[in-house]
Amino acid sequence: MDKKEILIKINEIFKNILDNKALTIYENTIASDVEDWDSLNHIQIIVAIEKTFKIRFTTKEIHHFKNVGELLVAIESKLA
Amino acid sequence: MLPSFSVLKKNLKNNVDSLKVIKIAILADTASQLVTQAIKGYGIENKVNFEIFEADYNQIDHQIFDPTSELYKFAPDFLIILKSTEHLTKHFYTLDRDKKENFAATQIEYIDVLYQTISQKLNCYILITNFIELNDSVFGNYASKVVSSFSYQIKRLNLNLMDYCQNRNKVYIIDVDSQITQLGYQQTFDPKMYFIADMVFNIDFLPYLAKNIYDIILAISGSFKKCIILDLDNTLWGGIIGDDGIDGIEIGNLGNGKIFSELQLWVKQLKQRGIIIAICSKNTEEIALEPFKTHPEMVLRLEDIAIFVANWKNKADNIRFIQTVLNIGMDSMVFIDDNPFERELVKKEIPEITVPSLPEDTAEYLIFLKSLNLFETASFTLDDEYRTVKYQKEAERSFLQNSFANMDDFLANLEMVSEVKPFLGFNIPRVSQLSQRSNQFNLRTIRYSEQELIEISTDSNYYTFSFSLVDKYGDNGLIAFVILNKIDESTLFIENWVMSCRVLKRGMEIFTLDYVVSNAKLNGFNKIVAEYIPTKKNTLVKEHYSSLGFELLPNNQYVLDLNIYKLGTQNFITRI
Repeated sequence: MDKKEILIKINEIFKNILDNKALTIYENTIASDVEDWDSLNHIQIIVAIEKTFKIRFTTKEIHHFKNVGELLVAIESKLA
Repeated sequence: MLPSFSVLKKNLKNNVDSLKVIKIAILADTASQLVTQAIKGYGIENKVNFEIFEADYNQIDHQIFDPTSELYKFAPDFLIILKSTEHLTKHFYTLDRDKKENFAATQIEYIDVLYQTISQKLNCYILITNFIELNDSVFGNYASKVVSSFSYQIKRLNLNLMDYCQNRNKVYIIDVDSQITQLGYQQTFDPKMYFIADMVFNIDFLPYLAKNIYDIILAISGSFKKCIILDLDNTLWGGIIGDDGIDGIEIGNLGNGKIFSELQLWVKQLKQRGIIIAICSKNTEEIALEPFKTHPEMVLRLEDIAIFVANWKNKADNIRFIQTVLNIGMDSMVFIDDNPFERELVKKEIPEITVPSLPEDTAEYLIFLKSLNLFETASFTLDDEYRTVKYQKEAERSFLQNSFANMDDFLANLEMVSEVKPFLGFNIPRVSQLSQRSNQFNLRTIRYSEQELIEISTDSNYYTFSFSLVDKYGDNGLIAFVILNKIDESTLFIENWVMSCRVLKRGMEIFTLDYVVSNAKLNGFNKIVAEYIPTKKNTLVKEHYSSLGFELLPNNQYVLDLNIYKLGTQNFITRI
């Protein structure tokens, strides 16, 4: 699965958790760009990504994601 | 299957205006936002609008000890206190050995202070979580022998908490420990969520917790199961009694018999705690009864079954029959059947009844049924047991009815006694209630308030009669009334005739008319006029007057000539 496919899947997860069908996220999107992307939703997004891709993030990783792009890189490396 | 958390969360957007409102407050020592969403969403899923006050993070003490807090302003019906084992563990580890040894007792004292403080200001139910009895691997298994170990104290705390609740009838325990034992702590706790967000339950566990809390609240609010209706072949035993015969069905040591023996043992426990057991099976009755009478390894016996229905009719109709005999709500019954066709048919015909979708493998039946927590209850008292006896007697009557080929023999055997009284202060509330509630046996569907009945009872143009009925199985109470209005010196009009359907087909109608006629004659009347006003619900009594010998006039009007009417055609009921 390449980054593009991962991004498509992640978009679905974001739309679902944040309950916003119009939302689109990109590699350079950061939390403050997106309405409702607060810590409460963040943990739900992380859990949903883990489930969808059958991967596990470390707590350290979760704390250090600066934008969606870094999240993508982490997913991609775990899937490799 | 429980709905997932994301389904519950989506429910939050639904319109809840038409739903029943229950006010709950949630206080937690951990982050409870998602728990709150799950409870709210689970309520909506089940047609209850939980209006929730969720305190800010870790405010249990603040909300309870500050008399001006939001909690007291909100005044909930239910207060839910979520205390986590994780935080308790942290606290425990800071204590010295003496305090550790008294830890459970100290915690109970603290909970008592909370309770006392709350009780001074609120009259709500309090639901509090118990603690997860997980070994903390400090002493390993040896912890059982060390009073100052966390494992020892947490088990004692749970036990003490149960003792504490015994005499406080507004305090209930949410048995989170048992839920987590069932699912496994590694499935319910996500260390990431805990260390990042201070959440002690992972997302997949939230629907389970929400259901559990919902179950308790609903049971306290009066909605709980009273009856389990069971199929026989491949549900209570393996195989088909009609084909395999009494020696061929699997129960006890034969084949997969253990599966069914253990299921029956559990059902028997339900019976002993007051759940009514009914059988509904497509079978020839005689053949279906045989294992209960003669199979040495059957656990359930006929005396455990309140009502036994085995025939070839449609199961939905049979369940309706069971419901009528027991006179309880469809929503208080559970139907267990291995056959998906029967389950679907019953679900479709009777949406209110609970019909679990049993797993395919019979070996999984019992663990599956237990996991559903179908029989949550908010009380267990002598009154409950008495109520069960009442239901069983009701059913016995219908058994007896089945055992008498001749209806007259059955009725003669019931030893029925009726007391007739005009409307008086003490019976007016019940007459009014009967007029409000009866839809089927209600000839003109007039609803009377107590005030109206008081006026009628003192008006000399009215004759009023109320009837009670006692039989050898118990007191049915006031079950019928007739109100007659004087039209002229020789004619009475039946303004309304109402009877409880519980006493249908017992000759009560004839007894009632006999009494009314003899009374009318004594007062010099020679004619009674009556009317049937049809409604959607009273077709039951469409032929009521004609079957009693009234002559049909146009427009659903009837007339009875009292000089022709023959009294005393039945003698099953004695008047006292």
